[in-house]
Amino acid sequence: MTIIEDAVPATRHTDDERTPLLEVRDLHVEFHTREGVAKAVNGVNYTVRAGETLAVLGESGSGKSVTAQAIMGILDMPPARIPKGEILFRGQDMLKMSGEERRKLRGARIAMIFQDALSSLNPVLTVGYQLGEMFRVHLGMSRKEAKAKAIELMDRVKIPAAAARVNDYPHQFSGGMRQRIMIAMALALEPDLIIADEPTTALDVTVQAQVMDLLAELQREFNMGLILITHDLGVVADVADKIAVMYAGRIVEQAPVHELYKRPAHPYTRGLLDSIPRLDQKGQELYAIKGLPPNLLRIPTGCAFNPRCPKAQDICREQVPDLMPVTERDGGELPGRASACHFWKETIHG
Amino acid sequence: MSEQIIERPVPADGPTAKAPEPDGKPERVASLWRDGWRDLRKRPMFLISGFVILCLLVLAIAPGLFTARSPFSDGFCDLQHSMDGPTSGHLFGYDVQGCDIYTRTVWGTRNSIIVGVVSTILTTALGGVIGMLAGLWGGWADSVISRVSEIFYALPILIGGLLIMSMVGSSNVWTVSFVLSILGWPQVYRIMRGEVIGNKYNDYVAAARALGASPMRIAFRHILPNTLAPIVVVSTMNLGVYIAAEASLSYLGIGVQSPAISWGLMISDAQDRWLTSPHALLFPAGALSLTVLAFIMLGDVVRDAFDPKLR
Repeated sequence: MTIIEDAVPATRHTDDERTPLLEVRDLHVEFHTREGVAKAVNGVNYTVRAGETLAVLGESGSGKSVTAQAIMGILDMPPARIPKGEILFRGQDMLKMSGEERRKLRGARIAMIFQDALSSLNPVLTVGYQLGEMFRVHLGMSRKEAKAKAIELMDRVKIPAAAARVNDYPHQFSGGMRQRIMIAMALALEPDLIIADEPTTALDVTVQAQVMDLLAELQREFNMGLILITHDLGVVADVADKIAVMYAGRIVEQAPVHELYKRPAHPYTRGLLDSIPRLDQKGQELYAIKGLPPNLLRIPTGCAFNPRCPKAQDICREQVPDLMPVTERDGGELPGRASACHFWKETIHG
Repeated sequence: MSEQIIERPVPADGPTAKAPEPDGKPERVASLWRDGWRDLRKRPMFLISGFVILCLLVLAIAPGLFTARSPFSDGFCDLQHSMDGPTSGHLFGYDVQGCDIYTRTVWGTRNSIIVGVVSTILTTALGGVIGMLAGLWGGWADSVISRVSEIFYALPILIGGLLIMSMVGSSNVWTVSFVLSILGWPQVYRIMRGEVIGNKYNDYVAAARALGASPMRIAFRHILPNTLAPIVVVSTMNLGVYIAAEASLSYLGIGVQSPAISWGLMISDAQDRWLTSPHALLFPAGALSLTVLAFIMLGDVVRDAFDPKLR
């Protein structure tokens, strides 16, 4: 069986100031299950520009991965459904494209790095074959050319003795090396946007740092947009430009990375930051946000965080807070900051 | 069939032998298939059954190498010798028609092997393709196909065989193979469908999709190779099962018909007189048992080699 796939558009776009690389507008995703409709994403907005890193932070079930899968177009539909929203890639709504058009974007212009490299690599195919597949699918290269390219890629992500290991199988590599191979696969065609879904969660701490550094380095080199999905605040701090914090399918706070750490404007963000273990707290009990993440089948009315929020008032149980710009106490602008809390003023300044 | 697909990922131009491991790990030759093969070669059961099967294949392809006589030539049978015991030059003795049992047993190998191989290929192809489609499609298509397969699955192979063979009318090795395939495919189908469903939600399938692989490529290059190990094992065992089933059908008089030679038919002819002349029953029955045993043994040892959980 030979599949001849169309080549990717040869021209590499330069970033247009007015149209960002990726713009997600009011995205909703729901899953139809036997128990009812699970609202996984409830109106997410964010933008990513070329060369920019957006970190999306949130607990399990906050909708961060579902948003990413919706952008990639790899949600299983059904059961998933996108009732509302737009995903603009260079100004074009991907949700209106045909399946074939989207498939050609995937891997070539937008690529994804998965959490667990061992399960994301096919156990019965050599890494060389899987890396080469990118070139064969999208550029129609021959097996031999693709293999040469695969070795080049493995070199680029600093896998020692690439030429000798190109015919090895995934289980023969260590966890860090496997994640490098995943990165190499995502980078193969020099995409404009990379979505990394918890790329370092399955790795130990020292390897985490190496992999993140590599990712950041390659991102700079290619001037790519990067969406970094994580629940690990430590990973984010060094590499991200801005952060979006998600809770129950909504963005509850958005801010440039260092400002968020200094002055959170949402009680949930504050709770997350307070629950990071610190050396000077040795011997003390670790802070934890009380309660459990909401059940997506029955999201609380009003602000979804209200049952767990120390600041919750009656208004929080009744009215959903919009994501509003956050300002200084004197009304001075704080560019790029927004919070979806009725009491953001008290939270940030209080 | 399987070997070809399995070996695909290894580029033809590259050496398949491993280069020295840079990080000094103990050398481990890659992949389920190569591991399995290494493991197999060391097992005496594999060598024994493999040798027997090889001999049977040679017998089936070129029976003339092992016997100077042809069972279809004039004067092959001589009623004067009816039911005579083994003598020199006629080691297995004569049957009721005075035909040489040794020659007939040797020539009978071909039909058994044909039925076994053809039925196995057909069931594997049919069950594999339908199972793959049902597994990939899911939903109502899967439900319909599964219910249909269960109808066939519910029919025991002999009773179903009796039924269909009596409807088909003409019986030869090809119709027998066909009937066994009609009744046998649901077994392979079930395994294939299960494997496809088990594999299609794996992360590497999502990853392949995220990298722009087409549905065809995902099905054939990513899912299929992961489903082959259990299919190969079941098919190997089925070879023996189908050979035994053909003998049973022929024994019951609805399989291969005389003058064609079948071990089942020979057993059936010999059974009335087995107390007085056991040799007429013993030799074809022995050949049948040995053949079935060899394939079941091979299937068993292949399963042990390929099932990672048994390591």
